[in-house]
Amino acid sequence: MKNILIIGGSSAIAAACAREWAGEHANLFLAGRHETRLDAVAQDLRVRGAGQVGTYVLDVNDYPQHRPMLDACLAELGRIDIVLLAHGTLSDQSACERDPAATVREISTNALSTIALLTLLAGTFEAQKSGSIAVISSVAGDRGRPSNYVYGTAKAAVTTFCEGLRARLFKFNVKVLTVKPGFVDTPMTAGLALPAPLVATPERVAADIVRAIERGKDSIYTPWFWAQIMLVIRSLPGFVFKRISL
Amino acid sequence: MSASKLLSWGHYPYAPQAGHPLAWREGIQATLREMGERFGTTLPFGNGRSYGDSCLAATDHVLSLRGLNRFISADWTTGVLRAEAGVTLGEVLAVAVPRGWMLAVTPGTQFVTLGGALANDVHGKNHHVRGTFGRHVRRFSLLRSDGASHECAPDENLELFRASIGGLGLTGIIGWVEIQLMPVRSSRLTVHSRAFGNLDEFLALSRELDPQHEYGVAWIDCLAGGAALGRGIYLSADHAVDGEFASHPKRVRTVPFALPWSPVNRVTLKAFNAFYYRRQAARAGRAEVDYASYFYPLDGLLEWNRMYGRRGFQQYQFVVPEAAARDALHAFLRAIGAAGTGSFLAVLKRCGELSSPGLLSFPMPGISLALDFPQHEAKNQALFSRLDAIVRDAGGRLYPAKDAHMSGADFRAAYPAWQALEQLRDPALMSRFWQRTTQQ
Repeated sequence: MKNILIIGGSSAIAAACAREWAGEHANLFLAGRHETRLDAVAQDLRVRGAGQVGTYVLDVNDYPQHRPMLDACLAELGRIDIVLLAHGTLSDQSACERDPAATVREISTNALSTIALLTLLAGTFEAQKSGSIAVISSVAGDRGRPSNYVYGTAKAAVTTFCEGLRARLFKFNVKVLTVKPGFVDTPMTAGLALPAPLVATPERVAADIVRAIERGKDSIYTPWFWAQIMLVIRSLPGFVFKRISL
Repeated sequence: MSASKLLSWGHYPYAPQAGHPLAWREGIQATLREMGERFGTTLPFGNGRSYGDSCLAATDHVLSLRGLNRFISADWTTGVLRAEAGVTLGEVLAVAVPRGWMLAVTPGTQFVTLGGALANDVHGKNHHVRGTFGRHVRRFSLLRSDGASHECAPDENLELFRASIGGLGLTGIIGWVEIQLMPVRSSRLTVHSRAFGNLDEFLALSRELDPQHEYGVAWIDCLAGGAALGRGIYLSADHAVDGEFASHPKRVRTVPFALPWSPVNRVTLKAFNAFYYRRQAARAGRAEVDYASYFYPLDGLLEWNRMYGRRGFQQYQFVVPEAAARDALHAFLRAIGAAGTGSFLAVLKRCGELSSPGLLSFPMPGISLALDFPQHEAKNQALFSRLDAIVRDAGGRLYPAKDAHMSGADFRAAYPAWQALEQLRDPALMSRFWQRTTQQ
């Protein structure tokens, strides 16, 4: 039976991944901010066939809590085969533009906390000499766009950090997967006017993530067509890019 | 997405609903109150399988509950399952069938939510032995705009329990539903199909065979006239007594878009129905099939409602008491034939005696018939008023979950308990259907 740790366990994409794993009777450990939501997700996973499901209330910006969370997880699961980092907030770009503190807070939630957690987890996985680490980054990290460059900056940092970590842990038989979703229909994006044909369900994205972990991939765009879209966006020269508001 | 445009299954009336998504059970009352303050009223919306306007808010702003799709508990020794209201019947079957449990009552699609099944008190092909869905609901939570949270059960808040079953989503927001599942020994069904030449043969067949089988339903060719009026195929079925437990994810296809016109017309209908009748009649006999192909033949074709083109369609489903059934069904089929319109396979079903706890439950002992009509304003209006008169004179009634046309007078006469529901209605909830039939 697989043992799986999920950070941001009540997020829509994480919960959809967890359902796939529950169907395989995996043991799960969910960390996240909202106790009642974690409990609701845990109950759901048990009915769907999961083995043990543990929960842990964690604010990722409370760095000193990372270690006790990991200890609690290891105490419950013994070892970790897969960790999925799925926490995050969609930054309010215009608020960040007015308020340096808001910008720093968004970078902390979406980049620094992830980097801190990955640094901690890397030690555990290095010692285990096996396992997979999957991190939800974003297409937003591929280019600094005026509409959300604070969020994009955080995700770019995560993507780059993962690339380095992947090379470091490769020698230890540990896989690191960077996941770059496009638009996903989740509570995080509720209220945004997104182009409907480009919006994927969390279930679709989760199926891609679970498969990519099984196949030991390095990096995926999900759904797949975002690879083409971002290829075009990345290849726009700077003097053009700065004139269009994406 | 906030910009989600939700429609009812028949796409008629065409009234796109702005869906305001709810993802968590906590804070439902606050959201409901907030929606009430912003828009006046709203309506819970599940998976959009009601055909007409009973799932459309009077304000066109609905609370979209499909995000409430978590299981809460399941006891696989007793078959008691509790889940959030937005879980679909298909999702229930996916976890229950491999463990030897089946829904006691299921309608013809597994894409309805538990909340929707409760609010419309749906029935299935075993109505004669199990009654409606509401009979298998043990408890549910009901959240109201005044901030109250009730648990409703036969021994707790009975008034709200009865008003909410078949209550069209008007008594409050259903947070979770606890149902009793039915044990089965296989996920497969033994189906016996028999061709019948006319209505009288159907009435005799179903009277004799329904009591002997768990399921019984017939499909009729409503375009055959004369001596063949009401010819069709009667399908009885029972759960196989041994075999595998598998939830069958059927290979599905999708109708990709709605054509600007409907390819469903008299010529294609007549040809299809005759072809289908002959093919099925030739294959009559016994067969073992997986449960999905018996219960949900149309679920294999996703978005099949698009076949009716952009104007959509209306489903007409009624039930008439046994005593008047024969004459009423004959008059009904002749009226359709005379109008030169018709439906793909029409579904004919004998309903049993078992009563529902619901105040506004649709079935009554007698015969129910359901047909689809491509939307055509003038044609449908003229035909439906003739059909309504036949149903009225026979002492029957129409099914609100399918309806987009019945008159307020007909509704109020056929469902005299509507006033009791009106008194318990949450003031923050109002559907286009309820406004049309009771508020004018």
